[in-house]
Amino acid sequence: MNSSRFSNGVMGVLAWIVALLIFFPILWLLLTAFKSEQEAFTVVPSFFFSPTLESFKTALAQGSGYWHYAWNSVLTAVASTVIGLALAVPAAYAMAFYPNKRTDFLLVWMVSTKFIPAVGVLIPIYLVYSAVGLLDNALGLTLLFTAMNLPIIVWMVYSYFRDIPKDIVEAADIDGASIMQTLFKVVLPLALPGLASTGLLALILAWNESFWSITMTDHDAATLAVYIASFKSAEGLYWAKMSAASVLAIAPIIVLGWFTQRQMVRGLTFGAVK
Amino acid sequence: MAIVELKNVAKNYAQGLVKGKGDKSSNAVDNFNLVTRDGEFVVLVGPSGCGKSTTMRMIAGLERNTEGEILIGGRDVSQVPPKERDIAMVFQSYALYPHMSVADNMGFSLKLKKRPAAEIKAKIEEAAQTLGIQSLLDRKPRELSGGQRQRVALGRAIVRDPQVFLMDEPLSNLDAKLRVDMRAEIVKLHKRLKVTTFYVTHDQVEAMTMGERIVVMKDGRIQQIDTPINLYEFPANRFVAGFIGNPSMNFLRARHAEGVVSGDGYRLTLDDSHRPVVTTRNVGDVWVGIRPEHLRLSDGAATNRVEGTVDVVETLGAVTVVQLSVGEHSVTAQLPGHQKVEIGDTLTLACDSDKLHLFDTDSELAIGREPAEQSSVAAKA
Repeated sequence: MNSSRFSNGVMGVLAWIVALLIFFPILWLLLTAFKSEQEAFTVVPSFFFSPTLESFKTALAQGSGYWHYAWNSVLTAVASTVIGLALAVPAAYAMAFYPNKRTDFLLVWMVSTKFIPAVGVLIPIYLVYSAVGLLDNALGLTLLFTAMNLPIIVWMVYSYFRDIPKDIVEAADIDGASIMQTLFKVVLPLALPGLASTGLLALILAWNESFWSITMTDHDAATLAVYIASFKSAEGLYWAKMSAASVLAIAPIIVLGWFTQRQMVRGLTFGAVK
Repeated sequence: MAIVELKNVAKNYAQGLVKGKGDKSSNAVDNFNLVTRDGEFVVLVGPSGCGKSTTMRMIAGLERNTEGEILIGGRDVSQVPPKERDIAMVFQSYALYPHMSVADNMGFSLKLKKRPAAEIKAKIEEAAQTLGIQSLLDRKPRELSGGQRQRVALGRAIVRDPQVFLMDEPLSNLDAKLRVDMRAEIVKLHKRLKVTTFYVTHDQVEAMTMGERIVVMKDGRIQQIDTPINLYEFPANRFVAGFIGNPSMNFLRARHAEGVVSGDGYRLTLDDSHRPVVTTRNVGDVWVGIRPEHLRLSDGAATNRVEGTVDVVETLGAVTVVQLSVGEHSVTAQLPGHQKVEIGDTLTLACDSDKLHLFDTDSELAIGREPAEQSSVAAKA
């Protein structure tokens, strides 16, 4: 009894340490965002200081283009998620309810494309994009995000579909439903929590993406990742302003995540607890 | 209502995937022939893996038959998708739509057919009344008990007015008492609706109590198709004899000589239903089948006698089930009422000659004894 209480205590402390380790960079980012540039640079970092909104003002000032970048982030993240789901649902439906000998291989193959480092395909994609005029283009970036997330979306939607008993789909078949009717009236409503969490994950991944955004866009289609990077200028790093910009960039997604965490957890454990 | 015909129907799972692969021996269902009467209640029964569910799924169209023809009301539906076969199916898992209310579950097929709302409502209410679930119409499946879900699943099938009902072990998820109640209700429902029904079960009691005709299957092949009473009295082979009846039939390996079959601990005289066949065929070794309920205690003077030592005594009140060691065989006897029998006692049991069954030791087919009205189809092994 005592030893289990002790080990519970140890586990608690460890959990706190891990949580703080994960949270610390975000806390430091927040603190730095409210500092002046001088304070941000002090060698012994200060936890107590007189907060200022100066960096936020600069970051949001006219000409900084925050809203332009934010709009691009919203556009590419939402569009790539919608396209990704639209492509993944039929693919996952076929694999979940009409599997054949090669379905498992296909799934593994799709996910294995994620093993390739993005830099590995940067040059061919850059050349193709350059040739067809998709560089610094919102559509081009959306397509990249879609391709990047599609394997994960297919895999997740597939696993949620698999949790739907096949009998139910067969019952709909016998009841006279076409494939579309089965999909929209039976399968999708049942997989809705799973679809929501898949969509959220895809949205977050696209929002946070920086490699492709920074390399494939310059201004027109640039997202918040490019905006943050722009604070690393030739004259040096502006820590406070960069932190303020970062806070502005991650705020929407953190707020979204906060309000949908219940949905996320439910979706991620959808198959585990029936 | 319709006549359903299955002609040489076979299913081979390997065939669909790779053309030319898969020989006859790997058929999940093979050479299935059956013609129902209009409105008949046919039970498919057999141990798990015997192909009964596959057969039903082929009638439903959820699986395609790789050989033969399936006709519903004279129309070959082998290549027709399930929704165009005019059938309704009740699944073992009920397969209700979890996100729809009971009423929506029942009305789903009619809604898909774009029937007028008033008609759908009327049909749902009629079915709900038949099944006693009027008060549940607004509930979701998860708010229902197993028995209620079962009724909703039945309701979903009957609102459709289909030509054929298919029921795949619909009662196996219910507890024992509810199962008996629902069994009677399904029979009553069938009597009222008179829709041709296929009912799959592995439970021989369910098969015997519900079926107008029973198809006994094993390893993808039909063993016998007959009425419950004919299956019981005239099993076509040793498998059917052992499968139908509870406790199951005793089999004794015996030697035949001049109308008498005997072995270590038993000696049984054959009557006219067996003697001529056995003599003409010059049968030597033979399996003798005796149902436990046809054995009775004997004073020792009986001509047909089975002697053994008691191993197990099960007192059930109405009957006493005794297991004896007879030579190398174990024999079960079901004796009436409460018997003063102790483990280790030596018992002499008697059995009437007209209750004996004989089976060939090689083919395991029944020898002699055939029903007066021949409707049985013996398996061609």
